[in-house]
Amino acid sequence: MELEVIGQESGGGCSSSGCGSTDDQLSHLPQDIVDKVQNHPCYSEEAHHYFARMHVAVAPACNIQCHYCNRKYDCSNESRPGVVSELLTPEQAVMKVRAVAANIPQMTVLGIAGPGDPLANPERTFSTFRMLSEQTPDIKLCVSTNGLALPESVEELAKHNIDHVTITINTVDPEIGAKIYPWIYWNNRRIRGVKGAKILIEQQQKGLEMLTERGILVKVNSVMIPGVNDDHLKEVSRIVKQKGAFLHNVMPLIAEAEHGTFYGVMGQRSPEPEELQNLQDACSGDMNMMRHCRQCRADAVGLLGEDRGEEFTMDKIEEMEIDYEAAMQKRAVIHQGIIEELNEKHQKRTQIAGMSIPSNEPIIPADTRPVLMAVATAGGGIVNQHFGHATEFLVYEASPNGVRFISHRKVDQYCIGNDTCGEKESALDGSIRALKGCEAVLCSKIGFEPWGMLEDAGIVPNGEHAMEPIEEAVMAVYEEMITTGKIDEHPVAMKAQA
Amino acid sequence: MAVEIVDLCVSCWACVDVCPSEAIAKGGKHMQVNAKKCTECEGDFADPQCASICPIENCIVDAGGLAFNPPGSLTGIPPELLAEAMNEIQAR
Repeated sequence: MELEVIGQESGGGCSSSGCGSTDDQLSHLPQDIVDKVQNHPCYSEEAHHYFARMHVAVAPACNIQCHYCNRKYDCSNESRPGVVSELLTPEQAVMKVRAVAANIPQMTVLGIAGPGDPLANPERTFSTFRMLSEQTPDIKLCVSTNGLALPESVEELAKHNIDHVTITINTVDPEIGAKIYPWIYWNNRRIRGVKGAKILIEQQQKGLEMLTERGILVKVNSVMIPGVNDDHLKEVSRIVKQKGAFLHNVMPLIAEAEHGTFYGVMGQRSPEPEELQNLQDACSGDMNMMRHCRQCRADAVGLLGEDRGEEFTMDKIEEMEIDYEAAMQKRAVIHQGIIEELNEKHQKRTQIAGMSIPSNEPIIPADTRPVLMAVATAGGGIVNQHFGHATEFLVYEASPNGVRFISHRKVDQYCIGNDTCGEKESALDGSIRALKGCEAVLCSKIGFEPWGMLEDAGIVPNGEHAMEPIEEAVMAVYEEMITTGKIDEHPVAMKAQA
Repeated sequence: MAVEIVDLCVSCWACVDVCPSEAIAKGGKHMQVNAKKCTECEGDFADPQCASICPIENCIVDAGGLAFNPPGSLTGIPPELLAEAMNEIQAR
């Protein structure tokens, strides 16, 4: 299935006021696909502020080994793929979905994403889908896979009306694959190295083609591993887009020694935020890259960026009384309301974009360099969070073309400060490190200590735009940098090298 | 003849699904092999299936106590080359 390209906007953005100052992230896709993904938080940058998803951990076994994965760990502070607290039977999973959907009415999507490979656990995965398609007919079903068992699963997937599949494709070159996948289990044998990687790649590509032929939406996830597949992912992006994948999500490698992964233990570095951003920019071809992925747990519950899993452990669920019919009706009303709100906002943005507003503001010269800024926000598309309270910052780029969302950067992730989880690092040091490359940080308030430390690091704190819409605030700070001549100074990255 | 799963097991269930003799089940903290049912896959497959999919080195041993997947066999890096590989990876 080739996707028709309707237009290419430099939109983006990550605020509930809308994702992007110019256009929607998915607006260049055909309408039938836009309709399919508009309430899917993992696919639509805009939807993730409004709609919730959950993963059920029914699939523990895996048929390949990735050097970035270690399934023996569970730390409740960690949020990363493959980590779970509680393994469920298909029956327990269905009970959990019913409970969550009744209590979180924004829920639209149920995914199976491990902790192993869902398609290496076909009985558990498909029996869960079978029961859910009967008992929770309004919940969308989706599945993530490494792709090894995908071709043999496509018919079964199509039967359960699963119209969203994510395939993790890190390479199309077996030599590179051998550096990522030490072995696969195939035809009752363990196959190592290049030979194993070649089989995996062939299966992934075949599976991708089979899915898109059947009109099943495919998103491709890739893990960016510096020195291994970083440059090569541009080629991967080109090929998977050509074969019909509608969204490419390049994620940074997570490799901390304390996670016990091969890469973590061996000291493989993770990409710097700028490296990831540059690669995402280089990959964006005839569709936008996904930039809002939170690399969530295999048992995550709720909106992206929050995890309400602890409210729904099996012992708590067993005590809940669920009136599913009533909950489904309530959900339908709430979902309709959200869709109407989103449509209204979209129309407003379209109108504004079409109007010519007389302005006294200076036009920004086209050769003005772009600037990255971090924003502390608790949601709502507004600069409304205290610097010290932020657990993640949204990074925006201001340029003569406007303001666009680039990425989110977590600041307390991966167990920083926990006695049981590796080296300690103060949260403040961590925040400042996470903001590398940004020249300003916008927040509602900020204390003296972080203020000084940020300035020393070349990042200008700004609390003057509290409670203002993010895009407007970022643009105002950019214009101020231009009028005060700050824009002519070297950017932070160059300072650091000097 | 029977294989044994030692306490390095992380309970990923992969071996349970591939065992042709249905000899493996969760017992206590980790997977355990029913010695009466286990055939080490002789007559069925070239290699014991549990050992062919297990992701943990040293986790599954034969009747003589020898590991099917000794150290280095699953990472693809033998212990004597580990330091060299680490240097190479850290230079990326």
